[in-house]
Formats: sequence, C-alpha cells, structure tokens
Amino acid sequence: MKLLIAIIRPGQLEQVQNELKDVLDEQDNFRLTIEQVEGHGRQEGRSEVYRGRRIVPHLVEKIKVTIALNDDYVEPAIDAIVRGARTGKVGDGKILVLPMEDCIRIRTGERGPGAI
Amino acid sequence: MPRSIRAPLGGPGLQEVPPTVFTPTVFTPTAAGAGCALFPSPDPAVDAVAIDTGSTAWMLTSSALVLLMVPGLALFYGGLVRRKNVLTMIMNSFVAMAVVGVLWVLVGYCLAFGDSIGGLVGWSTDLLGLHGLPFDRMLADKGVPEIVFVMFQGKFAIITPALISGAVAERMKFSAYVLFTALWSTLIYCPLAHWVWGSGGWLFEYGVLDFAGGTVVHVSSGVSALVLCVMLGARRDFSPGKMSVLPHNLPLTLLGAGLLWFGWFGFNAGSAVAAENPVAGTVAGLAFATTQTAAAAAALTWMLIEWWRHGTPTSLGVASGVLAGLVAITPAAGHVTPLSALAIGSVSSVCCFGAVQLKNRFRYDDTLDAFGLHGVGGLIGSVLVGVFCFTPVPGLLADGGAQLSKQIVGTLAAVAFAVVGTWLIARFLQATVGLRATDEQERDGLDISLHGEHAYHHAIGN
Repeated sequence: MKLLIAIIRPGQLEQVQNELKDVLDEQDNFRLTIEQVEGHGRQEGRSEVYRGRRIVPHLVEKIKVTIALNDDYVEPAIDAIVRGARTGKVGDGKILVLPMEDCIRIRTGERGPGAI
Repeated sequence: MPRSIRAPLGGPGLQEVPPTVFTPTVFTPTAAGAGCALFPSPDPAVDAVAIDTGSTAWMLTSSALVLLMVPGLALFYGGLVRRKNVLTMIMNSFVAMAVVGVLWVLVGYCLAFGDSIGGLVGWSTDLLGLHGLPFDRMLADKGVPEIVFVMFQGKFAIITPALISGAVAERMKFSAYVLFTALWSTLIYCPLAHWVWGSGGWLFEYGVLDFAGGTVVHVSSGVSALVLCVMLGARRDFSPGKMSVLPHNLPLTLLGAGLLWFGWFGFNAGSAVAAENPVAGTVAGLAFATTQTAAAAAALTWMLIEWWRHGTPTSLGVASGVLAGLVAITPAAGHVTPLSALAIGSVSSVCCFGAVQLKNRFRYDDTLDAFGLHGVGGLIGSVLVGVFCFTPVPGLLADGGAQLSKQIVGTLAAVAFAVVGTWLIARFLQATVGLRATDEQERDGLDISLHGEHAYHHAIGN
C-alpha cells in the first residue's frame, strides 16, 4: 500500500481528477482528499497590484491531493496525475510516494488493503 | 417645439389624461440656438410654470435608485461565478458606470432623445456634451428639469450593457468587453431607446408600449447576450451541472437581488414621471404596486416549481424568480393592474424557469442566464402588456388584439436590431482585438490574470 501526495496547480485539479477516474477501478467514486495549500518553490507568484503598489506574493496557492492506493494502482495513478497536472512550465508541482503501514475503515473496523 | 420626450400617456391620439393639478405652460426655449446658454438669464415666466417639486424630487431619487441597481447586479452576478472570477465580474458592471456614464453625456442622450431623424435615431447638435442644454430648461410639460431626465435615462443606459456581462462571464477579455460596451451602448442602445421612447421614434409613433424598458433594456440586452455568448464559445470547463462551476457565494447573490428589487422601484415608478402627463403621481403609485406584486408572485412561483420538481426550494431559485418578475413587469408597470401583475410575474417565472434549462440541452454557455432571465422575461412582459394593459389604451379583451400585435411588432423589431447589431460589433471586435481571454488566463482566473488582484486570499501568509 502506498500513499500519494501530489502538489498541483489549482487550475489542473479537474484534469487530474478526470485522468484518475480512468485508471482507478471505482471510476468516479474513487477516494481522494484535497486541501488548499500555499508554499514556495522555484515558481514565482503572479504579482498583484493594489493602488499602484506591485506586490509579488511570497507564497503560491496550490492544491494538495492525497490518495491511498493498493500497489497495483500506484504506477497508473502516478501517470494519470502527471498527465493531468503537466503544463510544462515551472510550478507544475510534485508527487510524493510514501509507504503506508495500514489502513482502517472506521465504519466497519476493516483493516489493510481491503479497507482502501 | 419642446424637445422629444418619452411616451406621454396614451401616445398619439390616445391621450386619456387624468385630471391635472395645474396646467403648466409649455416652455419654448427662447435661448434656442444660443450655444452659450449655460447660465441663461432668469425668466420669471418660465420659473413660475416650470418646476413640479414633487416630480423632480422623485425623479432625482429614482435616478439614484436605478444607479444602485448596477452594484446590485454586480453582486448578483459576482456571487454566481467562481472565486477566481468574482472581481472581473463585478468590474464588468462597475466599468459600465464609468464608460457609459461618460458616453451618455457626450453623445448618448443626443442620439436617444435628440430631434428625430426619420424615426431611427435622434440628433441635436446642442445636446452633444449637453453643451447647449441650460440647466433650468424644463422637459416639455413635465415640470422636471431636462438635466434630471438626462441623468435618469443615463442610468438605464448604464445598466443595460452590464446585464449582458452575465452571459460572457469567466472568459471574455476585459478590454474587449469595455469596447463592446462602448460600441453597443452607442450603436444599439441609443437608437433603440429613440425608436421606443423618443418622440418621433418609429415604434413610439406606431404606439408600442414600453413603460420602463422591457424591449429597450431587457429584450435588447437578453438577445444580445445570447448572440455574444454563442460567438464567444463556452468556457474551457463548461459542462452542465458540473461541480466546479458552482456559485462561490450565494449570500452575495441574494444581497444583489435585494438591491435590484429595491432599485427597481426607481426604474419602474420613476419612469412614470416621463410617461405621465403632465406630472407624476398616480401612475407612479400604480407602477410601484405592480413592480412589487409581480416580483413577489414570480419569486413564489419559482420556489413552488422547484419544490415540486426537485424537492428543495432554493435561495437562488427565489432570487431568480424575483428577477424574472421584475424584468417582465418592466414594460407593463404603469399600464396594468396589480392583479394582472400577479399573472405577468407568474407566467414569466414559469417561462424563465424553462428557458434557463435550455442551455443544457442546446449547450450554449449563457453562464449566468442573461438570456434566460432578461431576454425571455423581457419578451414575455413586452408581449403581455398588449394583453393586460388598461391604461392608456385597452388590452386584448377590449380591443381584439390591436395593441397585442403592436407589441409583437415592437418586440420583434428590437430582437432583430439587437441580434444583427451585436453580431456585427462582436465580429468587428473578434477581427481586431479578439473577444476571449487566453486559455491560461481563464484557467488561473480572470481576477489575477487581467486585473492583478485576488478577491480572497488564503488565511496562511496573510
């Protein structure tokens, strides 16, 4: 079991969801958690102007997607996220892949791969 | 001759003037032709007959009320778009106040209410920039200074192009929108206002009733919105019923609807000043009552339809119903009874409810239903005036459809003119500056891309 954390552009979220939909067997009911985050990397924030004062924000808005996967789905999901999130410019984001020790479905108490 | 004015009660040959309080002498502009008449020497004879303080005060108030509808519309529309486009949406309304506010004084009033040229457009050189309009010249026999009428009419000219912006939300380039507003206001709105309201205008002479702008404001902007949104194409992620294009702030929209309703009393009951002969009062009261009644009936109808069809009465549904009723009663406000207003509001609500579903079937992206509400509501109202009117002319039951056919002719003329004119203007802009924002700007949101601002910042880092 792996945990995928993807940091992507807010505008690409829909495309990422659509790509994921095609590779995960639950189709459009797949489990996905999304957070609005801010951070900085190499991408510069788009400057804003307030009464003539130009301000370059030091933090850039991003979307963080967290998704838990059984091993067979990891590579297809990574490919799907890359397809959906890539624009080719600085700031497209990152995908982090983490090992996942366990997964518990709260409603039933079920554990392990079946609970994902 | 007095300068052209909006429809006196009844139009030509049909006047059933209610008993007047006093009979003002029609002011013949003695300083006519004198370009330097800005501060004419006081003429006691003119002053004595001229001003009706009640009408003037109400018209000044109404002008301010109608202007308040523009930020009302901005909030109404702003709440319905996604958070990344709310500022540009609000800007579309505010910039109309700026652009049309200037154009109206320079040429707009002259084109709409100048001396008629063949019934098609107005023109009086002394009205260019209002330079030959003495501030104390009275508007014909209305007891209201003409400058007040200029301002009142100017507010209508401002809100009309702003209505169109709802159909092109989230994707139209701001510069193209500003140019479109300037051209559309000058080339479409002003002539159309002249046709319907200017004395000598061909629809006015024909006897078409449009109390406060059903054809001039709502039909024209509604059908233009449809043409423009089809030419512009759908948003990149347009797909009916999709999650991501939900309204981002409905309380904003409801506040906007409230301001629109409030301002509409100026829109409709204020129009009585121009229509009623010679001074406002009774018809203003009637227009006020029908406006209130139609909006309420339409809101109730929309809510009940939703309850029945979807099981949940929604706040947006009530707000939409309010709009549908207000739009439809606009051409009829001073011509029908409150009971007829109930019927007009309800019928409009049913039709608009159906019309806003059409975009899902035909897949055009009339984003905020400018056509579905203003176009369809305006058509319904403009036609139903001919059915329900009782003053100054009888309606369908009494006249066998004579007025109804006039209404249909007037409405079709407005539709044809607005559709063709909008198409030409949009083609011109498409070929020169381009209509659409780039794909990237659209994805990132027009607020940050075109205006360099965010409406809402994240809590982190601020």
